[in-house]
Amino acid sequence: MLLSDTIFETFNAITANKARSGLTVLGIVIGIASVIAMLAIGTGAQKDIADKIKGIGSNLLMVMPGEQKSFGYAVRGGGGSAQTLTMDDVEAIQEDVDLVEEVAPSSSGKKQIVSSLSNTNTTVNGVTNNYADVKNIEMSEGIFISEKNNKGISKVVVLGQDVAINLFGEEAEVIGQKIRIEGINFSIIGVTESKGGSGMTNEDDAVYIPLSTYQQYLQGDDYLSLINLKVVDQDSMTKAQSQVEELLLARHKIDNSEDADFNIMNQADIVEMASSATQTFTILLGAVAGISLVVGGIGIMNMMLTNVTERTREIGLRKSIGAKKKDINQQFLFESIILTFIGGAAGILLGIGVALGVAKFGGISTEISMFSIVLAVGVSALIGIVFGYYPARRAANLNPIEALRYE
Amino acid sequence: MLKCQNLTKIYKSGENETKALDDVSFEIEKGEFVAIMGPSGSGKSTLMHILGALDNPTQGKYFLDGNNVSELSENQLAEIRKKQIGFVFQAFNLLPRTTVLRNVTLPLIYEETPREERRKMAEIALNAVKLDPERWNHLSNQISGGQMQRVAIARALVNNPSLILADEPTGNLDIKTGDFILETFKRLNKEYGHTIVLITHEEEVADWADRKIVIRDGKIIEDVTKNMKFKTGSK
Ligand SMILES: Nc1ncnc2c1ncn2[C@@H]1O[C@H](COP(=O)(O)OP(=O)(O)OP(=O)(O)O)[C@@H](O)[C@H]1O
Ligand SMILES: [Mg+2]
Repeated sequence: MLLSDTIFETFNAITANKARSGLTVLGIVIGIASVIAMLAIGTGAQKDIADKIKGIGSNLLMVMPGEQKSFGYAVRGGGGSAQTLTMDDVEAIQEDVDLVEEVAPSSSGKKQIVSSLSNTNTTVNGVTNNYADVKNIEMSEGIFISEKNNKGISKVVVLGQDVAINLFGEEAEVIGQKIRIEGINFSIIGVTESKGGSGMTNEDDAVYIPLSTYQQYLQGDDYLSLINLKVVDQDSMTKAQSQVEELLLARHKIDNSEDADFNIMNQADIVEMASSATQTFTILLGAVAGISLVVGGIGIMNMMLTNVTERTREIGLRKSIGAKKKDINQQFLFESIILTFIGGAAGILLGIGVALGVAKFGGISTEISMFSIVLAVGVSALIGIVFGYYPARRAANLNPIEALRYE
Repeated sequence: MLKCQNLTKIYKSGENETKALDDVSFEIEKGEFVAIMGPSGSGKSTLMHILGALDNPTQGKYFLDGNNVSELSENQLAEIRKKQIGFVFQAFNLLPRTTVLRNVTLPLIYEETPREERRKMAEIALNAVKLDPERWNHLSNQISGGQMQRVAIARALVNNPSLILADEPTGNLDIKTGDFILETFKRLNKEYGHTIVLITHEEEVADWADRKIVIRDGKIIEDVTKNMKFKTGSK
């Protein structure tokens, strides 16, 4: 059989039954497109979270009160409630560690906040004036907590974007209004720009008051729940971290760093923490993509096997007029390859289209990965070719009369 | 040319066994024109498929040009079907949704006949079955039964096979067209020496042949050559 005839026969077979070829191609298209789109959404979401964490500030160290070990057993203070960090530590770091550019101590807790219209439960952060700089907080209206506010133990508050909306609704004039935290009146002096976080990293769902005010009225002691450190540059992170650690160990009179009553976390630690949280999400999306691949694969398989009956008769006929097994195999292999190729190309385009569409109209960021394209096309092509070619091969092994009689 | 020795064909479907051919033996010489007759279900088509090297007997031997067909390789069988045999199926077996012309040229594809020649050969074959050129580009499932039958015959003739096997080639045709086709067969037989075996129910069609074999219940009950009559078989 001439190559030109193989091509012509393939073309003829595909166009002779447009509905059948169309459905086969559709099965492949859907299989491939859904995997590409699904994985694009998954990777997009992951990258989104990573980006947001990076947005917090890339040369940031956080010192948190940690478990205090004494006499061989650990006294767990839990999260940040242990009372080990003080303003003296802050000043010591500021003076002794040159690699640290700025030190922003804070104390925080979940509190009920009441406005004239509504109330909400949110994180109240007691902060100093340089907190905004260290944490990259921008103002949308008004001003941030100043040094003067801290000195004067002022009852002023800066609202996160979400809190402002929750308490006063959108587009409301909030500067100058009053809110109450644990029965104490605070005047609003500013609203922060939205950072668009979510869950545990949502900085829009928080309010800021002077640290001194927080300690005096809401906490009742001088301990800190967090010290944010801005390191001069990214390369000095490790060095700065060990210097701070050394200093604090000495100040707290602890010999062994394993007994430290504080934890220092850097950006990498935070990303790691967050990514363990997003892992569940990734696994879920991976499972969905896997299922669509299986469903798509079954679709392809189904189409290929459905036309086996008709094709078996065709093969019987071709053999009865002198086609060799080789001729049959060649024709059907070629046909499967062409069908999966057309379906594959269309599937990639559709998958990319859906991913871009979701990004544009659904407001979700998507990231199309080469891996997903290779995976989807590879699996679909394999299924398409195997199930297009294998039944034809089997039919070619029958004698012509058996094949012509196949039901 | 072809020789059958004790051919038996048993179809098994589950518990049921059908003996379609029962110990059939005969020979056909090169250049003979043979008609096979017999009631429906007597095993005519089954025999024809074996003669066409399309199916194997359950028992017995079939020799084609001295070769034991059941001992030939797949590729050798394909060569024989392609070059020597033209087969007209009782059920036509045209390629669906494909034009008449493509159906007729199909055997030539496997013979790797040059493209320019294919068209010429197809035209000759289609004219030999008197199919209106207007129909040549119609799809095979959009023509009448008689037209389908003629396309099936044209496909069997297209590569000039030395053995033509036709299973009721005129069953769906009017007498005039049927006679024209039988004339064509006769001419191929007399002028070019092609061997022709056809199955028919009609005595008038069988009269075109030089020899008549009658089958009943898978057995040959009569085998007559014109002008001289003799009987074979056990009954
Ligand atoms: N694939 C098969 N499976 C089982 N039995 C079959 C099969 N093909 C044919 N038979 C049986 O074998 C017998 C002979 O069938 P065959 O087709 O050879 O008859 P025929 O003489 O050609 O009849 P007709 O004149 O109706 O075409 C019949 O009884 C039929 O039922
Ligand atoms: Mg029959």
